Amino acid sequence: MPAIDTGSTAWMLVSTAMVLFMTPGLALFYAGMVRAKNVLSSTMHSLFAMGLVSVIWAVIGYTLAFGGDVGGIVGGLQHLGLEGVLGSVTGSGTAAIPTSVFAMYQGMFAVITVGLISGAIAERMKFKAYVIFAALWAVIVYAPLAHWVWGGGWLMKLGALDFAGGTVVHIASASAALACALVLGKRRGYGSEDLRPHSIPMSVLGAGILWFGWFGFNAGSALASGELAGSAFLATNLSAAAGMLAWGLAEVLTGHKPTVLGAASGAVAGLVGITPAAGFVGPMPALAIGIITGALCYFGLKIKSKFGFDDALDVVGVHGVGGTTGALLTGVFASLAVNAAGANGLLFGGGFALLGKQLVGVVATIAFSFIVSYVILRVLDRVMGLRVDAETEATGLDVAEHAEAGYDL
Amino acid sequence: MKKIEAVIKPHKLDEVKEALHALGVSGMTAYEVKGFGRQKGHTEVYRGNEYTVDFVPKIKIEIVVDDDLAPRVEQAIVDAARTEKIGDGKVFTFDCLSAIRIRTGERGSEAL
Repeated sequence: MPAIDTGSTAWMLVSTAMVLFMTPGLALFYAGMVRAKNVLSSTMHSLFAMGLVSVIWAVIGYTLAFGGDVGGIVGGLQHLGLEGVLGSVTGSGTAAIPTSVFAMYQGMFAVITVGLISGAIAERMKFKAYVIFAALWAVIVYAPLAHWVWGGGWLMKLGALDFAGGTVVHIASASAALACALVLGKRRGYGSEDLRPHSIPMSVLGAGILWFGWFGFNAGSALASGELAGSAFLATNLSAAAGMLAWGLAEVLTGHKPTVLGAASGAVAGLVGITPAAGFVGPMPALAIGIITGALCYFGLKIKSKFGFDDALDVVGVHGVGGTTGALLTGVFASLAVNAAGANGLLFGGGFALLGKQLVGVVATIAFSFIVSYVILRVLDRVMGLRVDAETEATGLDVAEHAEAGYDL
Repeated sequence: MKKIEAVIKPHKLDEVKEALHALGVSGMTAYEVKGFGRQKGHTEVYRGNEYTVDFVPKIKIEIVVDDDLAPRVEQAIVDAARTEKIGDGKVFTFDCLSAIRIRTGERGSEAL
């Protein structure tokens, strides 16, 4: 076996664990925003993804994403069941790490991407239908998409840049979330009943865990310990911070109080925005990305009411708008001086070339994820029904779907 | 015997409890409720969505006392719970048909 770099391997092992930790963080973030009677149902969407997608990834997801390229569309089946992974090395020199670590690391991304979608389905989807949808989505949408962008597929060959998953994770999940919201329909009582979050403290704890884990998500996407991980880490923190400030400012300037949920959401928005850009931009551009994304996501929340769909936890407004903004701003702020393996964006002497490629990536991701998700959902709805019945939705999903109650007050 | 129910502001519970102790009232039950009378609710905003919340948190207390003590208890609650700002609450008095101490089986005034 070729030599591995122990420093990079250590960092990647830690990053892998940090990205995993983001999923229970997401569980808390989302669960705090639903009503108490649905806290477990919401939590289960993220928690169960850790089990379901980890297994699917090992069996078939990894190979479809990172196997030998087939027509630029998908990976081959060389690594079915992680065949050949142990004992092989990914990367070279100071970036040489065991392929097992690389495969695990990528798997954690698949896990949380599936979990992200669940924000749109909150409080009304049958758990069984969610599990089947999640499993199909991970194989049919996520893995090929990861191949397009990171596994040697056509978007990678085109030269579109996505450091840690602006398209693969955020735009993809948001597009699927939109499909879910449209097929599922609105929650009963949407617009008339009290749908307030039941625990902002829970959501804040979740957001804090997400921010922490995101360093593994973004800086770990350097796939090595070193300068690039450092600059990505820096960009990540700056964008999160700027996003929080921008959101709060937007709240105040539009005549509202600065809210706790807003501060947490602003930070998350900034983190989403920097995800595709983290390893390609310098600190001040990262700050700009955070401000722009934070502000746009704040106003992006209005999309769902304007178009009349119930994206319960704003997956479209935060991850869709944020991911798209970040992907396009990567085309503006990317600099070869920061990462020689990247490109120069619009403001760094690259003209519109990169921005054009980013746009292709964005559109392709939205189209692919939305259309395939929509088809899967319509079929599942026909075969088994996606929504719980009215009685269950009224009394809450925790008892009916999981035979548990979140709280006994 | 009379049963006295009072809806009061939560932060007034301790004062009311002390006032009742001073009168020799030996027990009470308190629970958290929500309600409104003429007091307006408030607005909460989550992710840009505005919610008008009509119900205000209150405490409800219940006491059962002998008939002759009831008027003084009513007045003690009113004095202790009043802030003179809207939302102070209300006191209601009902006839209580019987009272039994579970541990001993005592009935009537002996049970209070």
